[in-house]
Amino acid sequence: MLQGWVIVVTSFAYLGLLFGIAYYADHRADSGRPVVNSPYVYSLSLAVYATAWTFYGSVGRAASDGVGFLPIYIGPTLAIALWWIVMRKILRISKQNRITSLADFAASRYGKSALLGGMVTIFAVIVIVPYISLQLKAISNSFAILVQYPQIVMPAKVDAAPVLRDTALWVALILALFTIAFGTRHLDAAEHHPGMVAAIAFESLVKLLAFVAVGVFVTWGIYDGFGDVFARAAAEPKLAPLLTPLEGVAGGYASWVWLTILSMLAIMFLPRQFQVTVIENANESHLKKAIWVFPLYMLAINIFVLPIAFGGRLHFPAGNIDADTFVLTLPMAEQKEMLALLVFIGGLSAATGMVIVETIALSTMVCNDLLMPVLLRLKRLRIYLYFRLAGEAYALVSIGLISFAGAAQFAPAILGGIFWRGATRRGALAGLLAGFAVWLYTLLLPALARSGWLPISFLEQGPAGIELLRPLALFGLGGLDQITHAMIWSMFANIGLYVGVSLAGTPSPEERRQASVFVDVFRHESGGARFWRGTASAGDLQLVLARFIGAAAAESTLSEYRRARGLPWSGAGFEADAEFVHFVETQLAGAIGSSSARIMIASAVKEEALNPDEVGAILDEASQVVVYSHRLEQKSRELEAATAELRAANERLKELDRLKDDFISTVTHELRTPLTSIRAFSEILLADPDVEREERIRFLGIITSETERLTRLINQVLDMAVFKEKGVQLVAQLPERAPPVLADVDRLIQVLLNLLSNALKFSPEGSGRVDVRLTEQPGELRVDVRDNGPGVRREDQRFVFDKFWQAGDTLVAKPPGTGLGLHISRQIVEHFGGRMWLESREGEGACFSFTLPLNPQGAAGGDGAADIRSGARAPSRETRKVPGEDNQEAT
Amino acid sequence: MSEPARKVLIVDDEPNIVTALEFLLKRSGYDVRLATDGGQALREVDDYRPDVVLLDVMMPVKSGYEVCQKLRERPDLAGIRIVMLSAKGSEAEVNKGLSLGADLYITKPFSTRELVATIDRLFDPDGSPAA
Repeated sequence: MLQGWVIVVTSFAYLGLLFGIAYYADHRADSGRPVVNSPYVYSLSLAVYATAWTFYGSVGRAASDGVGFLPIYIGPTLAIALWWIVMRKILRISKQNRITSLADFAASRYGKSALLGGMVTIFAVIVIVPYISLQLKAISNSFAILVQYPQIVMPAKVDAAPVLRDTALWVALILALFTIAFGTRHLDAAEHHPGMVAAIAFESLVKLLAFVAVGVFVTWGIYDGFGDVFARAAAEPKLAPLLTPLEGVAGGYASWVWLTILSMLAIMFLPRQFQVTVIENANESHLKKAIWVFPLYMLAINIFVLPIAFGGRLHFPAGNIDADTFVLTLPMAEQKEMLALLVFIGGLSAATGMVIVETIALSTMVCNDLLMPVLLRLKRLRIYLYFRLAGEAYALVSIGLISFAGAAQFAPAILGGIFWRGATRRGALAGLLAGFAVWLYTLLLPALARSGWLPISFLEQGPAGIELLRPLALFGLGGLDQITHAMIWSMFANIGLYVGVSLAGTPSPEERRQASVFVDVFRHESGGARFWRGTASAGDLQLVLARFIGAAAAESTLSEYRRARGLPWSGAGFEADAEFVHFVETQLAGAIGSSSARIMIASAVKEEALNPDEVGAILDEASQVVVYSHRLEQKSRELEAATAELRAANERLKELDRLKDDFISTVTHELRTPLTSIRAFSEILLADPDVEREERIRFLGIITSETERLTRLINQVLDMAVFKEKGVQLVAQLPERAPPVLADVDRLIQVLLNLLSNALKFSPEGSGRVDVRLTEQPGELRVDVRDNGPGVRREDQRFVFDKFWQAGDTLVAKPPGTGLGLHISRQIVEHFGGRMWLESREGEGACFSFTLPLNPQGAAGGDGAADIRSGARAPSRETRKVPGEDNQEAT
Repeated sequence: MSEPARKVLIVDDEPNIVTALEFLLKRSGYDVRLATDGGQALREVDDYRPDVVLLDVMMPVKSGYEVCQKLRERPDLAGIRIVMLSAKGSEAEVNKGLSLGADLYITKPFSTRELVATIDRLFDPDGSPAA
C-alpha cells in the first residue's frame, strides 16, 4: 500500500539526500579536493538534458508517433560529435572571458552589450519558465496518480486542488530552498556550483536507473523480451504504422530533419545545458570523455522507450490512460509498488535536476544581466504561479519542444559570434528579436489559444480574419507540423536579419575587439606562454634588434649582455632563452615602444598571427606617431611658408637696397659732374691770376651756372624725398625701348621733375598716386604725368602755365613754390619743338602732358646748336637719370 | 720742350669739363683735341693718333669702358696711354676701368694740379719733380 505519506517521506528523503550530496561536494571543493573534477560527473551532469519530459514524455510521444520521439535524442548525439570544434571553442572563450551565463556570452561577444544581455535573459525566462512549470506539473501529476494506487486514475484538473494541498507548491518551495542553498554560493567569479553539479550527476544516475528498471520490467517482466513486444505491436493494426520509422512522424522527413536540428541546438543553447556544459565545466579535457559518455547515456535512457510505449498501448487498449504516464502506470497495473515508487523518484529526480539547473542558470542571467537579485528569492513562487496559469492544453512533449524552439533562437547569435568576425551587435539584436517574435507568434500564442487564453478563432482564421497571418500556416505555408513550421519561419527571420543587418553595418571598435577575442580564441592564447619557450635563435633576435637600433649598437649591446653573464657566443645557432628574449625586447621597447617591440620579437620567434589586442596597441602607438608626424608636417609647412615669405621680403629688401644704391650712385654722379667743373675753373682762376679777362669772365659764368645746376639737383633730390614722406605711390609705364630725341637732358629732367613735384604737391596724403607714362606717337614722344589730386578748375586751366600763377586762393593759403615751374617747363618743351598741355576735371585729378619731336638723325647730334649742347640720349639713360621713376611701386 | 708737342685726346660729354681740361693741358704745352662721345673718340684716335686719351666713363653712344676696350683690342694702338675720368668713384668702377686696360683712373672732381702732374709723369716718369 502506497500511502500518501510514504510517497511524501520518500520524496523528502530523496531531496534530503540531494542536499547531502550537494553539501558534501561543496565541502570537498572548499577544502580543495573536489569530487566534481571528473569527466564522468561532468558527463552525467550533461544528462540534465533528460528531464521529466524525457522520463514520461518520450514514451507518450512514442506511443502516438512511434520512432518520432527519436530526433530529440539523435540531435544531441549528432551535435556532441561536433563539440570538439564548437563547444571546445565556447568553453575556451567562456573561461578566458569569465563568462557566467548564456546571456553574458552573447552580451560579451557583441561589444559587451547590456541591451543584448538583458534581451537574451528576458527571452530565456519567457522560453524556460513554462518548461519549468511543466516539470512541476509532471511531479504533481505523478504524485496524484501514484497516490491513487492501486487504482489507476488520471489526475483531476490541477486548479481543482486547493493551493496549500497542491504538491507542486511544496516541491517548488523545496527546490527554491535547494537553489538558494547551493546556487547562490559563489566559489569564484565564474559561478561554479560544485555541489549542484554533484547532485545533478547523482540525479542523472537515479533517473536512468528508474527508467531502465521499468524498461527491463516491461520488456522481460510483462512481455518476453524485445522481439515479443515488437511482434505483438506489429500484430496490432493500430500500432503497426508506428514501426515504420518515418511514417510515424507528422510532417514526415521535414519534421525529422527539423526536430533533429532543433535538438542539436537545444543541447547547446538551453540555459541549463549551457550552464552545466560551459559554466560548470572544471576542465576542458572532460569534454573528450563527455563526447562518447553522453550519447551512451542517451542510448541507455531511450532504448526502452518503444517497449514501454507499445507495452502501454497493448496493456491499456482503451486509451483512457494518458500515454505520458505509462512509465508509472504500467508498474502500478502490475502491482509493483516499489518499482512504481522508484519511477516516481526517477521522475522527481529528472524534474528537480532540470528545475534546479535551469533556475540557477536563469537567476544568474537575471542577477548579472538584469540586475534584479531580488528575483532570485521570488522566482520559485513565480514559476509556481506560471504553472497554475499555464494550463494543460498540451502534452509534456509539446511544451518541451516549444521551449526548445525558443532556445534555438539563441543559436545564430552564439554560433555566428564564435565563427564570424563580421557579426554585429545590431545584427544579433535584430535576429534575436525577429526570431522570438516569430516564435511567440507561431508557437506560444497558439499554445495560449489552445489553453483558452485567446479565442481559438485566432488560430483558425488568423488575427482579424486575415488568413495569410494564421499562426500555424504563416503566409500560406501549410502542411507542416507546428514545430517545423515555426522553426522554418523563425530561423528564416532570425538568421536573415542577423546576417543582413550585420553585413549592412560595421562593428564598433569594441565589438571588433570582442569579435577577435571570441573568434580567434585559440590563436589568441598561442602567443603567450608558448612564446617564451619558443624556438628563436639569438641571431634572429640580433637581426631584429639591429634593424631598429643599428647593427653596431646591437652588437655592442648583446656582447655586453653576454659578458655580464659569462655566456659563450656561437652566433645564429645559439638558442635564446626567455631571459635573453626579454632582454632584447626591453632594448627594442626603448626604441620603438613596448607593444611594437612585443610584435617584433614575436615575429622573430615564430610566424605568429598577431594578437588583436597587441595589434590594437600597435595601431594606437602608430596613430600617435601619425598625429605627431602630421603636426610636424604642418609645422614644417608653416616654416616653409614663413621662409618663403622671408625670402620674398629679403628679395624685396635687396631690390630696394639695389635701388637705393642706384639712386645714390646716380645722385652722386649728377652732383659730382657740376662740382668737377666748378672746382676745375676755381683752381684755374686761383692758380693763375694772369688768365685773360675775357676767359676769366667765361670761366666765372660757367662756375655760376654749374652752381645753379647743383642747387637745382639738390632741390630735386629733396623733392623726391617728399614722395616718401607723403606716402604717394609713383607708377611708371615705360616701353622697353624708346627712340632718342634731341634735347638737353638737364632741361628735360627739370621739366619732368617739375611736373612730378607738382603732381606730388596736389596728391592726397597716404592714398596719393602719380602715374608717369611714356608713349611713342607718330613723329613724337609723349609723356603724361597724372595725379589723383583735386584737379584744376575749368576757369583756372588756361592760367596754369602763366608766370606766378598758383592754384587756390593765394590770399588765404599759398602753396609752396615760386609759381614759375609750369611756365618754365612749358618754355623748355616748346624750345625743343614740343607742346605741353593740361587735361583735368575738377575732383578727378590732373594730367600734364608734353611731347618732343623724334630726331631722325639719331646719334648724329652734337653739331653745335647753342642750347642743345649734348647729343641725343637713349631713353634708358634718360629714365635712369630720374631716380625712382623706373621703380614701379616707389612710395 | 724741343720735341714735338705730345698729343692728348679729351673725351667727355660735359662741355664745361672739356673746356677746363683743354685750357689746363694747352697751358701745360700739350697738343689737345676734343671728342664729346665714344664714337667720335674712336674716329679721332685713328685720325689724330694721340699719346694720351682722357676718357670720361658716362657718355652717350659709347661709354668710356667700351672705348677703352676697343682701343686695347688694337695692337697698333698699344702705346696709347688711357686715363679714365669718372664721377663714379667706387672701387668696383675703378677696378673695372683698370682691368679693361686703362693706365689710370681718376675720380671727379679732381685737383687740376694733380691731374696735370699725373699726365706729365706718364710721359716722363723720372723727370717728375714729385718722383
